[in-house]
Amino acid sequence: MDLAAVLTFEILNGVATLVLISVGLAIIFGMMRVINLAHGEFLMLGGYAAIVATNHGVNIWVAMVVVAPLVVGVVGVIAERLIIRVLYGRMIDTLLATWGLSLFFIGIVTTIFGNTVAGIGAPLGSLGVGRYSISLYRLVLIGIAAAILAVIFVALRQTRLGLIARGTMENPNMAAALGVSPPRVYATTFGVGAALTGLAGGLLAPISGVLPTVGAAYVAKAFITVISGGTAILAGTAAASSLFGSVNQLLTYFTTPVIGEAGLLAAAILLLRVLPHGITGKLFKGSL
Amino acid sequence: MVVIALGVPQVVDQFGLLQLTIFAAMCILALSLGFVWGYGGILCFGQSAFFGLGAYAYAVTAVDLGESTAAAILAVLVPAVFAALLGYFMFYGRLSDVYLGVITLSVTLIFFNLMNSTAGDAYRVGKARLNGFNGMPSLPTLNVPGDPARLLDPTETFYLVMAFLVIVYVGLHVLLASHFGRVVVAIRENEARCELLGYDVRLHKLLVFTIGGGIAGLAGCLFANWGAFVSPNVFSLTMTSQIIIWVIVGGLGTLVGPIIGCLIMQYLATTLGTQQLANTNLIFGIIFLAFVLLVPRGIVPSLRALGARAPGPSRVHDPA
Repeated sequence: MDLAAVLTFEILNGVATLVLISVGLAIIFGMMRVINLAHGEFLMLGGYAAIVATNHGVNIWVAMVVVAPLVVGVVGVIAERLIIRVLYGRMIDTLLATWGLSLFFIGIVTTIFGNTVAGIGAPLGSLGVGRYSISLYRLVLIGIAAAILAVIFVALRQTRLGLIARGTMENPNMAAALGVSPPRVYATTFGVGAALTGLAGGLLAPISGVLPTVGAAYVAKAFITVISGGTAILAGTAAASSLFGSVNQLLTYFTTPVIGEAGLLAAAILLLRVLPHGITGKLFKGSL
Repeated sequence: MVVIALGVPQVVDQFGLLQLTIFAAMCILALSLGFVWGYGGILCFGQSAFFGLGAYAYAVTAVDLGESTAAAILAVLVPAVFAALLGYFMFYGRLSDVYLGVITLSVTLIFFNLMNSTAGDAYRVGKARLNGFNGMPSLPTLNVPGDPARLLDPTETFYLVMAFLVIVYVGLHVLLASHFGRVVVAIRENEARCELLGYDVRLHKLLVFTIGGGIAGLAGCLFANWGAFVSPNVFSLTMTSQIIIWVIVGGLGTLVGPIIGCLIMQYLATTLGTQQLANTNLIFGIIFLAFVLLVPRGIVPSLRALGARAPGPSRVHDPA
């Protein structure tokens, strides 16, 4: 019974982690169709922002939830204005340029912080479950991931800003004719996606620690999740995260973490062979 | 190229010769991506997966058998078969360009993690211990086929690697001039039209991908043989991005471009590696960005266009 509870917790945790690392990409790639290969580095920058702020005496929650998204959001807007703006509609060039950007970030962070692991202690301590104990922070993280999904859903569905963003992605010319400035909407949406990524990076920093090259561990998983999710970005990301998170955690529990990761990838390749347009290409059509 | 190859060992010292050997091996790797991406239009970010597989296949077999001929053959076959398998899922699943890039990239990163975790005595193939992140040291180097005691010296190895480079270069040219090659280029230009003309697009792409995987495996074999060492770094993100940069800098849609890009960037990497002023990733990132934004066609096509005062072949673009 205790084991089942802990295993469920581990699975939910794997799902939540996948949701966190891919939700920013779901907006940038899923909605805007911008292939951002620097996504992993955005996560890495969020982690460093949170750690540096905490080490300078900022409250850890403020550092993770306010500082990290703010810093990465600003970096995202700058990157959009300087590089990505020039390349809209040229998907492969965008992909290559953001790859260059990712190397650039790795280089600059290595120069500043050195090629060593930085970390902060996770807040909140742990909770006993029978013979096992689980980290309370990880439990909170599951709630946060769910909350983020809910907030994005409401923001896109119910607010004027969300409507404008969705409309502009659907048909920029029509949006412009109705008095919206598409470049500004693109920059804002990209910034929001980057900020969400930074938030995820900050929240994950206490768990996994940060390293200049940590982005590589995230970027592949994030893309696989969003691609397998398909056209409905939120439902898709949630569904794909649930599937892959479960596969990953179960395999990890019964074998090793590396087999877990390989299993995640194998599941994705098989899934895309059967459903080339992702999960929401077939199921939950028309949802957000 | 042949003249240079024959003359070089007479004029450079041992160190220079070793350096040129590895440059030539890397040029073969650059050619493999130049072919798959530049002509096949397949955005493969996992070329280092095949390179690494080749290196490991060579390492494991050479240690187990103590003889290098079978090892070298397996170093080409294993990655080619793996490419065929992966390619089957991707091309017959009709995944688009960008998804291909992401999937191949993920496969590479997974290999990197897998190999890193093989430390310890449990992970061995026959006598060969995989050694995880420490890599496999003191591998047997190439010998004359059938005579394990007669190892190739550095000059002979240089000739061999150069010979492979020439064979791959000429072979790819011949292949591209053939009917098969023409169909491949036509698919790159317009996939739907080729399909309607009755060509099996999926099969052609699969074959290109498989050949590219085999060539990358050959480069991996030569790489492992050069340093008598292989570590999971052959699968790393740095390795993968290097190959892409070579092709971008040199130019897509040419065979000489990737070679030139590879030589320039290898030279730069070697020079940068000896100084402490700036991080290599930083410089590479800036060069990468600069080329994509300012010289998107790469050096060779740009120079050709300049010379001919006419627009050169355009970059392959995703119609989306």
